Amino acid sequence: MRRLGKWFLDGYAALVLAYLFLPIFVIILYSFNKPAGKFNFVWKAFSLDAWHNPFQYPALVEAMKLSIRVASISTLVATVFGTLIALALCRYRFRGSGVVGLLLVLPLTTPEVVLGSSLLSLFLDLNAPTGFATIVIAHIMFSVSYVALTVRARIRGFDWTLEEAAMDLGATPFRVFYKVTLPIIAPGIVAASMLAFALSLDDFIITLFNAGSRITYPLYVYGARRAAFPAQINVLATAILLASLLLLGATVLWQHRVERARAGGAG
Amino acid sequence: MAGAGSASERQNRLAPYLLVAPGILWLLVFFVLPIVTLAQTSVAVPDGPWYEAFRKALSGYGTHFLRSFEYAISATLMALVLGYPLAYVIAFRGGKLKNLLLGLVILPFFTTFLVRTFAWKTILNDSGPAASVLRELHLLSPDGRLLDTTMAVLGGLTYNFVPFMILPIYVSLEKIDRRLVEAAEDLYCSPARAFFKVVLPLSLPGVFAGSLLTFIPAAGDFINAQLLGSPNQQMIGTVIQNQFLEVRDYPLAASLSFVLMIVITLGVLAYARVLGTEDLA
Repeated sequence: MRRLGKWFLDGYAALVLAYLFLPIFVIILYSFNKPAGKFNFVWKAFSLDAWHNPFQYPALVEAMKLSIRVASISTLVATVFGTLIALALCRYRFRGSGVVGLLLVLPLTTPEVVLGSSLLSLFLDLNAPTGFATIVIAHIMFSVSYVALTVRARIRGFDWTLEEAAMDLGATPFRVFYKVTLPIIAPGIVAASMLAFALSLDDFIITLFNAGSRITYPLYVYGARRAAFPAQINVLATAILLASLLLLGATVLWQHRVERARAGGAG
Repeated sequence: MAGAGSASERQNRLAPYLLVAPGILWLLVFFVLPIVTLAQTSVAVPDGPWYEAFRKALSGYGTHFLRSFEYAISATLMALVLGYPLAYVIAFRGGKLKNLLLGLVILPFFTTFLVRTFAWKTILNDSGPAASVLRELHLLSPDGRLLDTTMAVLGGLTYNFVPFMILPIYVSLEKIDRRLVEAAEDLYCSPARAFFKVVLPLSLPGVFAGSLLTFIPAAGDFINAQLLGSPNQQMIGTVIQNQFLEVRDYPLAASLSFVLMIVITLGVLAYARVLGTEDLA
């Protein structure tokens, strides 16, 4: 009876995992489709056409490039801003830290449609034209919280007296940061910046409000429902998935090595 | 000596503020200030009393608000029913596979949100695989549809936000001291009773955090309703987007957005007051 219950539970979990993967299989499968018309929604015949010409649609390529540029810049800035906030919250007790914590959580508990539309209200109010700069501004805004909270979660409870020890041994502040602080916080920063990059690449709702006439990759996909939905969209989506899988694997291996090295050093 | 000490002390006192300054300034200018502007825009009615836009928002789009909250609550409950057992199996029975399984949970969400939702459109469309199978089994009438239905929208909402449910629940389950469960079973608790008396109460913070993190994006979402539903399933997000970007009735658009924010914030506060938010962040 007991074993039956456990099998049932494992089976249920497996089914839920299958549900999570179902659309992914469809995305990959349909990247090999030869759609009958302009819309790649119905299976017709197997074909490698889209994989042979992934860059056949210049507008799609431009959108992808724009998304990568936006994600690179916003990730860089948000990672610096967020990491500094996380360091302040973990290293110091200071008046106002509660307000800082609240200000970090609020953007996460505000629906994206409110974040996007309120930012647009500001830009309209300032008569600022929406475009590349406003997309980047918006992406930095929502990424800072994620970075700060991720880094803080990773470095909470670390032994900061190591820094003092290094300073007592005559290390310069720069050397202390480079040799002690950075190695401690690096894994958290890498995880946080990957998250920020993924969120930026994927953001649709906030971008829709603040993009003006610029078209990012998600905006292109949104527009494709009216004009044409080529299989190349699926090819790029599959490529992004593969790239993240490789990156994720590499990071896990790297963190494994860092932890092993640390354990070895301690023992 | 004393002078040097107080100088470095002052530096230390200033240090945290200098560290948080750039990020917090960014949030003040591009998160807090916009909300203030949104409020100003909502009352800047060209003719009529200041609350005119709010009156129009509530009288004209009350059904959209109600529908959005109804859908978001349903999607949150469905995410809980799907997500809790999976989080439980990973945390308690995952063993060495734990990290791999967690990775598998997150992996699908590395594909673009919109492409994922279009994939559901592919699965559910009238000549798609799901509809044909259900028709063969006579579970769907020959002219019955899966796409453009409330179920399709709810399924899409649940799917897209279920990781926000699974991860916090997993974290709170993972923290539970296994010896507590063993102790309960040693004291002749049945596994089911041990679960309901020990594991479930201790995992509630994760359930609460997960519910909020699922409910909030679901209530404001409009992609699932637009791609998987018909105009009958339109949610408040579509109206806000339309008013801001197409109709450009800014006071009405801003008041709709503001009402959505206020209702959700009040809901979150009430929820937090009753249940605590320590594990939210």
